[in-house]
Amino acid sequence: MTRKELGLIVNPVAGLGGRVGLKGSDGAEIQRRAKELGAEPRAQERTLEALSKLGGLEDLQIVTYPAEMGADAVRAAGWEPTVIGDITPGRTTAGDTQQAARRMMEMGVDLLLFAGGDGTARDIYEAVGLEQPALGIPAGVKIHSAVYATNPVSAGELARLYLQGRVASLREAEVMDIDEEAFRRGSLQARLYGYLRVPFRPSLVQSQKVPSAGEAASLGGIAEDVAEKMEPGVLYIIGPGTTTRAIAQELGLEKTLLGVDVVESGQWSVDRDRRAARLVAADANEAQLLALLDEHEDKAKIIVTPIGGQGYLFGRGNQQISPRVIERVGRENITVVSTPGKLHVLGSRPLLVDTGDREVDELLSGYLMVVTGYNERAVRRVATDGSNQTHRGDFHLV
Amino acid sequence: MSRNIMEERYDGGKPRLRRFHQARWDEPIIFELSREGQRGILLPEVEPGIRDVAGDVLDTLPEGLRRAAPPALPELSQPQVLRHYDRLSQENLGTDLNIDVGQGTCTMKYSPKINDRLARSPKMAELHPLQDEATLQGILEVMYRFEEILKSISGMDRFSLQPAAGSVAIYVNASIIRAYHASRGEAGQRDEIITTIFSHPSNAACAQTAGLKVITLYPDEDGYPDLEALKAAVSERTAGLMITNPEDTGIYNPRIAEFVQIVHEAGGLCAYDQANANGILGITRAREAGFDLCHFNLHKTFSAPHGCGGPGAGAVGATQALARFLPVPLVAFDGERYHLDWDRPDTIGKIGPFYGNAPVVLKAYAWAMSLGAEGLREVAEIAVLNNNYLMKKVLGIPGASAPYAEGKRRIEQVRYSWQGLAEDTGVHSEELGLRTADFGVHYWTSHHPYVVPEPCTLEPTESYTKDELDEYADILAHVAQEARVDPELVKTAPHRSTIHSIEHEPLDDPERWAVTWRAYRRKTKSYPRGGE
Repeated sequence: MTRKELGLIVNPVAGLGGRVGLKGSDGAEIQRRAKELGAEPRAQERTLEALSKLGGLEDLQIVTYPAEMGADAVRAAGWEPTVIGDITPGRTTAGDTQQAARRMMEMGVDLLLFAGGDGTARDIYEAVGLEQPALGIPAGVKIHSAVYATNPVSAGELARLYLQGRVASLREAEVMDIDEEAFRRGSLQARLYGYLRVPFRPSLVQSQKVPSAGEAASLGGIAEDVAEKMEPGVLYIIGPGTTTRAIAQELGLEKTLLGVDVVESGQWSVDRDRRAARLVAADANEAQLLALLDEHEDKAKIIVTPIGGQGYLFGRGNQQISPRVIERVGRENITVVSTPGKLHVLGSRPLLVDTGDREVDELLSGYLMVVTGYNERAVRRVATDGSNQTHRGDFHLV
Repeated sequence: MSRNIMEERYDGGKPRLRRFHQARWDEPIIFELSREGQRGILLPEVEPGIRDVAGDVLDTLPEGLRRAAPPALPELSQPQVLRHYDRLSQENLGTDLNIDVGQGTCTMKYSPKINDRLARSPKMAELHPLQDEATLQGILEVMYRFEEILKSISGMDRFSLQPAAGSVAIYVNASIIRAYHASRGEAGQRDEIITTIFSHPSNAACAQTAGLKVITLYPDEDGYPDLEALKAAVSERTAGLMITNPEDTGIYNPRIAEFVQIVHEAGGLCAYDQANANGILGITRAREAGFDLCHFNLHKTFSAPHGCGGPGAGAVGATQALARFLPVPLVAFDGERYHLDWDRPDTIGKIGPFYGNAPVVLKAYAWAMSLGAEGLREVAEIAVLNNNYLMKKVLGIPGASAPYAEGKRRIEQVRYSWQGLAEDTGVHSEELGLRTADFGVHYWTSHHPYVVPEPCTLEPTESYTKDELDEYADILAHVAQEARVDPELVKTAPHRSTIHSIEHEPLDDPERWAVTWRAYRRKTKSYPRGGE
């Protein structure tokens, strides 16, 4: 086996706020209050659980930051790490996390493993974007991001499989976070901040009898189906996500990954075997969407995909498509797209809507067709998010 | 003092787990054993007297039929060939060797050996489908009579035995649905097939292959096919319903008649995939549920060996109204002679060569005749009893569950989940299945669509005794317990098997997979015997 390098970053204060009911640990003031309330971080023990699964990797080098940002945990797990960087123990910051991630990427680590919550995932995303394969060990209070494995053991195991080359594929997984300040006041607003490339094994138990077509093939089929059925002269309000991005690519357009883009559909071009389309607005906000609807006399359709494993259609990561936009476009003009894999994770749980407007949520409830491939649809139930609970980003490691 | 060999196999009155160990011959591929010039048979030189009269026998063959070079067959002696295949036979866990309940959805029942002998007898083996009908009266009579049996089991009016497999039969169903709507001038309008996520996936695949669109329903909150979702899915574009019942989870859709009614009211046809018929033979019929079409797998439900032990055979049944679309030829009887009926102008055409896999039909016919109507019903009853007995035992193992319609009985199989155990131990279903191979059994983790986490589908059929089912359940319980106390032992299994583990990724990689020796050498660029 060739030598493999693993970068490890622990956010030592991740999870600090959870047990004392502070709904997050971002900010020095909250961390101080949490400690006063007797909180203890969970990051070290969770990192140890994950590292315990790396046994069997003979020629592994672990690069990490000093003390509680990784070196302590690596030594406790029985490895001797290469320690880089410089921190003030007991007073580490988000800046330390970002700096560590950047340096490890520059050193060319094969995988960046990090322990934390949504805030940590955002820091990693800020530092490395889509360039560095990364994977999260869930240790934080808030885990909305799909970059985290379901538990530390799964994270360790997936990291091992990836470093061994037994899992080769990567997928772009959502980095989500809520506004902690608003959350502590009782208002839940989740935003999509970006994507990290994480190791992906659709199913560890996948049998060899029926090789599955895979994510890429599903995305291509969905994009082709939607592009083929577009109507000329109609505005398409396209929500964020990798599935919707594939549709834009099919149309020959660049899509902002996190924003809501608006496209006007043209005629099908037989020569180019492609539908003509024009980008009307990139990363549009609600006001822009409403203005465009005025211009086009509401001749518009919405294309959205459920976010991550949570199954939210509206109200998470695409709030620009507001209740007023939805009302004016109309339920019958909403196209929901999703790879089958994303639906399977939901089992028989419904897709969720939480637009902030009860009547619009009710309007959206019931059964909706979901485009799952070329000429393939699934019928899924849509329900209002009655619980207002945080839903954990579901990492598909089964 | 003599030992009591029987007592060694028991522990406190309870049988111990089998001390199994599989043979490991490290047997090369037969092409690697080849040495130039080795021969199994040396043909005698042609005697001059014969050669003078007959000339070179190759000259009697037309030019176009002669090979330019001999085929690249391996060159071995007879005893080498014998040893090679005997060794390979010791290196598998074939259906005649193990308690083969682990291939759920495959209905691995016992196929009586006498039926194989019937199919291999010269009377059958030396027939050729291009013979004149007058000389095929025996097998045509068998096919005709077997069609009568299937009509009685299903309530349908006509059957075609031409499909060579279950999926081929399902493709016929899709083609007939398409042809029916075309005949009414609605070909362009009605092009949507509705199915369920736990129906056999061939229904969605074959509908697509036939150029139709597919709408998939997910289970409702109780775990049954969602009737409200069906109501949301039907429209004037509905071509039909293609559905398995019981589904691949073993769950029987109790509202199947309502499903059919809703689709009929929308103007669609209903096709019943009866691949899972082993638990309902003689109990429910496609006709009474209102279906227009159905199909059976003769290589599963009717005992003819499945898959690699095949070949398979599918049988498609249709109501009188749709029989005109069935593939040609059908087997008919005019009161005196059996013949092949080609004169069917509305037929969808041929779905395979000739008129069916005759040896498979013969085995299925022999099996059904040996049981009779009452016997077939008893088959279903025992299969269901066995399955629910095994389910009770498996669900008693901590960490095992049967998702969807929890607490309800299953028909002939169960799709279990080891998610609870995996969460506790980090050991995955696939790894448990591999560890069972150390005790002489196996399971595969079941197939598409991978909705149930950590799956395992068991289907005990009617062929196993209570003791054998107990042994299988004991092995599962033992391995599940091992996962708790020594997970590494399970994760590195199998240990007592021919091959301990294989790399999976090349099997999913078109650049690397190889199903022939030639492809293997081309893709690995390995030419160990001197190159090409």
